Amino acid sequence: MSAPRGTPPDIPQPESFAFNPEVLEAAETIIAKYPEGRQASAVLPLLDLAQRQHDGWLPQAAMTYVAEMLDMAPIRVYEVATFYTMYNLSPVGENHVQVCTNLPCWLRGSSRVVETCERVLGIGVGETTEDGKFTLTEVECLGACVNAPMIQINDDYYEDLDASSTETILTELKSGETPKTGSRIGRRSCEPIGGLTSLTGDREAGD
Amino acid sequence: MPTLIIDGEEIEVEAGLTVLQACEFAGKEIPRFCYHERLSVAGNCRMCLVEVSPGPPKPAASCAMPVADGMEVKTDSDMVRKARQGVMEFLLINHPLDCPICDQGGECDLQDQAMAYGNDGSRFLENKRAVEDKDLGPLIKTIMTRCIHCTRCIRFATEVAGVPELGATGRGENMEVGTYVEKALSSELSGNMIDLCPVGALTSKPYAFTARSWELKKTESIDVLDAVGSNIRVDTRGPEVMRILPRNNDGVNEEWISDKARFACDGLRRQRLDKPYLRKDGKLQPVGWPEALSVVGQKLAGTSGDKIAAIAGDLADAEAMLTLKELMDSLVSPNIDCRQDGTQIGEGPRAAYLFNSTIDGIEDADALLIVGSNPRLEAPVLNARIRKRYLMGGFPVGLIGENADLTYKAEHLGAGPDTLQALIDGSIRFAEVMKGAERPMIIVGTGALARPDGPAILAQSRRLAETVDAVSGDWNGFNVLQRAASRIAGLDIGFRPGDGGRRTNRIIAGAASGDIEVVYLLGADEIDTSALGNAFVIYQGHHGDAGAHRADAILPGAAYTEKEATYVNVEGRAQQTKLAIFPPGEAKEDWAIIRALSESAGKKLPYDSLEQVRARLAEIHPVFADIGEVTPAAWEAFGIEGDIESAPFRNPVTDFYLTDVISRASETMAECTAAARGGNPEKTGTDG
Repeated sequence: MSAPRGTPPDIPQPESFAFNPEVLEAAETIIAKYPEGRQASAVLPLLDLAQRQHDGWLPQAAMTYVAEMLDMAPIRVYEVATFYTMYNLSPVGENHVQVCTNLPCWLRGSSRVVETCERVLGIGVGETTEDGKFTLTEVECLGACVNAPMIQINDDYYEDLDASSTETILTELKSGETPKTGSRIGRRSCEPIGGLTSLTGDREAGD
Repeated sequence: MPTLIIDGEEIEVEAGLTVLQACEFAGKEIPRFCYHERLSVAGNCRMCLVEVSPGPPKPAASCAMPVADGMEVKTDSDMVRKARQGVMEFLLINHPLDCPICDQGGECDLQDQAMAYGNDGSRFLENKRAVEDKDLGPLIKTIMTRCIHCTRCIRFATEVAGVPELGATGRGENMEVGTYVEKALSSELSGNMIDLCPVGALTSKPYAFTARSWELKKTESIDVLDAVGSNIRVDTRGPEVMRILPRNNDGVNEEWISDKARFACDGLRRQRLDKPYLRKDGKLQPVGWPEALSVVGQKLAGTSGDKIAAIAGDLADAEAMLTLKELMDSLVSPNIDCRQDGTQIGEGPRAAYLFNSTIDGIEDADALLIVGSNPRLEAPVLNARIRKRYLMGGFPVGLIGENADLTYKAEHLGAGPDTLQALIDGSIRFAEVMKGAERPMIIVGTGALARPDGPAILAQSRRLAETVDAVSGDWNGFNVLQRAASRIAGLDIGFRPGDGGRRTNRIIAGAASGDIEVVYLLGADEIDTSALGNAFVIYQGHHGDAGAHRADAILPGAAYTEKEATYVNVEGRAQQTKLAIFPPGEAKEDWAIIRALSESAGKKLPYDSLEQVRARLAEIHPVFADIGEVTPAAWEAFGIEGDIESAPFRNPVTDFYLTDVISRASETMAECTAAARGGNPEKTGTDG
């Protein structure tokens, strides 16, 4: 049997896959949200659960397992899993560093962020460090253009980056610390950089 | 009914139609790639764009837009033309310019429509994408770079064939149609994807690089490799059948044919009997027709009638069976049988051996019970019709016999006659389902009837049909699913034992014991030919298979593509094959051989032309006068009550690809069998 599409042939595919008891419980809760006969709607969250359980990537066995659980033809699940880029079809490092390089981020200096990642981690885009700690990928817009440039590492966003703040984040991760998420230039969420321009007065005073 | 204006002409159409269908009614041709009448609407190729007002000022995909009253549709405005040219330009961006070496060339939708909407040059200067070819088994050749992602093959596999194995993986420019994990398609209908593919991405593997569509002579004919009687077109070049394609017939096969009907045609070139043979000194030696006819004629004339027997095989045509029957009658032999599988049917009324509901009628049924049959293997096209009905919803299916994946959900009720009895008694739940149904349907297969207790099971099935009211008004839900193309015609002609005559198994036993001295096999190969003892065996047929190996005299006949012959399909619909190529060598049309033989046996039959034989056929049974039509058969009592063994029903077809002399001679079918058994056929010698 040749390797499935999107997975390099030298990646060992596990023979079988099954949800852990607690994950299974979460899966059942999700499936129960949908009306009878529409269980296939749960395919996205279930694949996500599978990916989380399986060190951040989806082997073929996991897709087939989800297909069986939802009474879908396996190919229908493969179609979904290969369509969405957030499902990883080959193994990724402990920290999956996803740099957005779309237009707004690029205009705000995402190429410097990529360069810094490559320099600090010693790997190119699409590669994983030898110790399996980091995988660096280039991704399309993650919807945080207001805080461009940004990177997503696993589930967390790091925003308003430049070379030095990127290096700080990666160094902290390397040494096992947990970097602060969100904006790195001190603003809260996506408030204007120069401070609030509206709603600045006292609500009680009616300004 | 909504009225709309199409290109300035007012037309009234049924509600619920799409704009594309309405345009077709108005006689306007709409180009399309993804839309297909028998598949769900995808709306992804965008070639069928038309201008619709009222509505947003932009072109709309006509295949996915329902008609509405007062709509004004323009199919040939500047906007439409420009939009279609744009779509075509995008489609051609990644399509290779390999028409000269593409098998689809000359019958390619993309090629044709590029003539109407294509540019003469490309503005795309970047590299075209290339896609890895997929291995879909021995029948379908893929050149996936040519694929335009219409998804017709995916929808066919999922909806019609019922094997959801194809899909589109990846996204955007990386989207590819395939199986994700490489595997051969497990469908008996997969060849139809080749017809559906509007470009050269899926082409026929056995036919690859052998002919161009414009060099072929096209002959409209009938398939005989199962009993459905699918309408086919035989494409020939010179003396060879190059390929077989389906013809549309809504009553029978819609526009599908099985892979066997399509791909077994290479078997027509192999193992052929092209001259008469006689066994001399223990060896079959080629002889001329005069010698063969005189030896066989003298043998027949010199043997007493009750010591002669004839068995007609699965591919025998009505004309040949009629002439052989009349020859046997004139020799005063009652030992004739057209049921070489031992099925004991045909004694009673016609309704006892027909598929009475008709294939089209499957869509009207609301519950189904299958007894001793696997329609997926015995009649794949008919099975696709059952699946079509199943997909409409509200169609419970029960199965008695060997459990199998029929491509639709079937409740396995039991394995043998006991379950059938339980249904009559109402002691299992499915009995309620059948009784509650307005138009229940029962399909009894030869797996249930080709047993010693066959007549009793037939009677039991009839009782069940009556118990659940399967026959009422204009609905007849009792069906026998035959497997052999010759069977219904044989039974209509009365090619079965006369008074005191022997059935197939007693003919064989008689030959073994010496009571039968001459056995005439009209293409009968599925019997135990080694058990015929010392009898003088005459084999008339077209392939050197089991029958010819045992024969003492071989009379070479014509295959179904080489003769004008009548076959009656499972519903009782008489249809005629047409001569596409001439029989090889000295082989002759079968009725003519028997007519010549009758003369040398001194019992000359009164036929000098095919018309005379056909006139006689029409005299014997009105079905032969009414070509292409189905006449409902009257419901009368049939079957013989008797003891029934509780042994489970066994399905007669174990290997779909190898069921008759033609498919057994076909290399393609052998490869399919090997692939279906899981594994590539062993290549030997210089083959690689």
